[in-house]
Amino acid sequence: MSEIRNYTLNFGPQHPAAHGVLRLVLELDGEVVERADPHIGLLHRGTEKLTETRTWLQSVPFMDRLDYMGMMCTEHAYCLAVEKLLGVEVPERARYIRVMFDEITRVMSHLMLIGSHAFDIGAMTMILYTFREREELFDVYEAVSGARMHPAYYRPGGVYRDLPDTMPKYKPSRFKSESRLKELNAAREGSLLDFIEAFFDRFPKCCDDYETLLTENRIWKQRTVGIGVMSPERALAMGFTGPMLRGSGIAWDLRKKQPYEVYDRFDFDIPVGKNGDCYDRYLCRMEEMRQSTRIIRQCIEWLRNNPGPVITDDHKVAPPKREKIKGDMEELIHHFKLFSEGFHVPEGEVYAAIEHPKGEFAVYAISDGANKPYRIRLRSAGFIHLAAMDELARGHMIADVVALMGTLDVVFGDVDR
Amino acid sequence: MSAKLERLSQILRIVLDGRLRSLAQDRGEITIEVGAEDYLAVARTLRDHAELRFEQLADLCGVDYSAYGNGKAACEPGRRFATVLHMLSIEHNWRLRLKVFSIDDNFPVLDSVCDLWPSANWDEREAFDLFGIMYSGHTDLRRILTDYGFVGHPLRKDFPVSGYTEMRYDAETERVIYQPVTIEPRENAPRVVREAGYGDTGHV
Repeated sequence: MSEIRNYTLNFGPQHPAAHGVLRLVLELDGEVVERADPHIGLLHRGTEKLTETRTWLQSVPFMDRLDYMGMMCTEHAYCLAVEKLLGVEVPERARYIRVMFDEITRVMSHLMLIGSHAFDIGAMTMILYTFREREELFDVYEAVSGARMHPAYYRPGGVYRDLPDTMPKYKPSRFKSESRLKELNAAREGSLLDFIEAFFDRFPKCCDDYETLLTENRIWKQRTVGIGVMSPERALAMGFTGPMLRGSGIAWDLRKKQPYEVYDRFDFDIPVGKNGDCYDRYLCRMEEMRQSTRIIRQCIEWLRNNPGPVITDDHKVAPPKREKIKGDMEELIHHFKLFSEGFHVPEGEVYAAIEHPKGEFAVYAISDGANKPYRIRLRSAGFIHLAAMDELARGHMIADVVALMGTLDVVFGDVDR
Repeated sequence: MSAKLERLSQILRIVLDGRLRSLAQDRGEITIEVGAEDYLAVARTLRDHAELRFEQLADLCGVDYSAYGNGKAACEPGRRFATVLHMLSIEHNWRLRLKVFSIDDNFPVLDSVCDLWPSANWDEREAFDLFGIMYSGHTDLRRILTDYGFVGHPLRKDFPVSGYTEMRYDAETERVIYQPVTIEPRENAPRVVREAGYGDTGHV
């Protein structure tokens, strides 16, 4: 009889299916995983420490770099925390803009996830389609903030500026013919809102296409149905939130249950799964994109009809308008003070949680009255979800680990902070 | 919302009675503080009591209070390292913040709540890694975020932002080496705590 040996296998830190830098130490019995021990921290940049040395405003761009797949949502939690401490009133229009961009971010994050998850377990085509749509949403980010990935668009007190009236257009080059250019720029003739509306008119059809490729796909179902099953009780105890919890059948969504901003004014549903496996979580995410489309449509409608300020006029928190700085001494002082010393935040502590595409993302901020945070704690969903890797992977085959990595929706900027 | 918070604080006052050191309600959130000796029992009550039912531990983190208020109020003994828990009850839809201070500042220890909420496992490892708070009863208290073989606890207030060691590739020996840091922390805007009413000119 041949000798049977157990193997310990290093998955990563550089593995295409690890979604970043994860070293996963797998103890195997043949092809069956006996224990999975994720070693994280390879992308640890000490964000929590760094925020303690920056003014409250200077930390906003750090938030983009946490979950670099759901940039504006992480900014949102941070701004909510600061606003809660300051007691600043955010203009209504800014709230709607935030909700709209949160949902756009959710769609972007889910597109990335579904594309790469399918890619990891063998469906190459998916990522090409989802990235096609994601690219246009990046253009939306760029139009509104000037940056594709790290916008720093949300600021304590509102958003940096109002939605632009024009969309940037493709310029003629020797690679693009006149007719092709016309075709590309067709949706970009109007304002940003027109562009977003045109996109989300088209988007449900795109979702149908993804579903045609995956939902009833035999291989996809073989790889995901019954993999990584989590019971609702266990999911709660393990700290699961977002689609990971909803996939197990618990209808818990902060947008509905503890509404922040103006989410209580929107009409949308929370999709829940039944079996708590990878397939149900995929279905939840798919449906969430459709629900986001509904919310975005309602936002566009409201934003069209309600012009107004987008950032608070309390100049102790947000800078005054450029024209005013040039002509008014008081405003000049405000501007100077804001960008040198920064604003002071009253003493206290708050916990601001939002429904991030991946789950509950929260910022726990402690202020001692200084111009810099005393302590910022970033509660990320990915960190908690990855902790369950061991429990999910036990007893599964080694190939299923890749399916689990996908369904957990981990992004290492967010896990390692 | 505030009626709900009132109800929660009333229940907490009744259920935790003598074990409650303080209960504060601020900005729509409730913070309670308990002693390190009661911590585990209180956590169990919070999870299991039918009227509280905090079945999910949203977050557990450490805080170092040694430099609070610019260090003017240098913290009293036993008030340096706090562990802060944020709990969520899905049944009652409310949240609670629980704060516990470790008694010994030189060797902060606290009971582990891993048995109550398995999600505390990695959070406690992180608090241990970054603050050096020990959790007795934790089965696997290894460092989690910092490098293998890292020395020190980086989120403590006496740990410099630039750290103590840096890593680079050495062309001569053809390997990665560790050496003392060559950069100095730079501060563009100093940290200040202003007195009350600072900059108040009287006109808006």
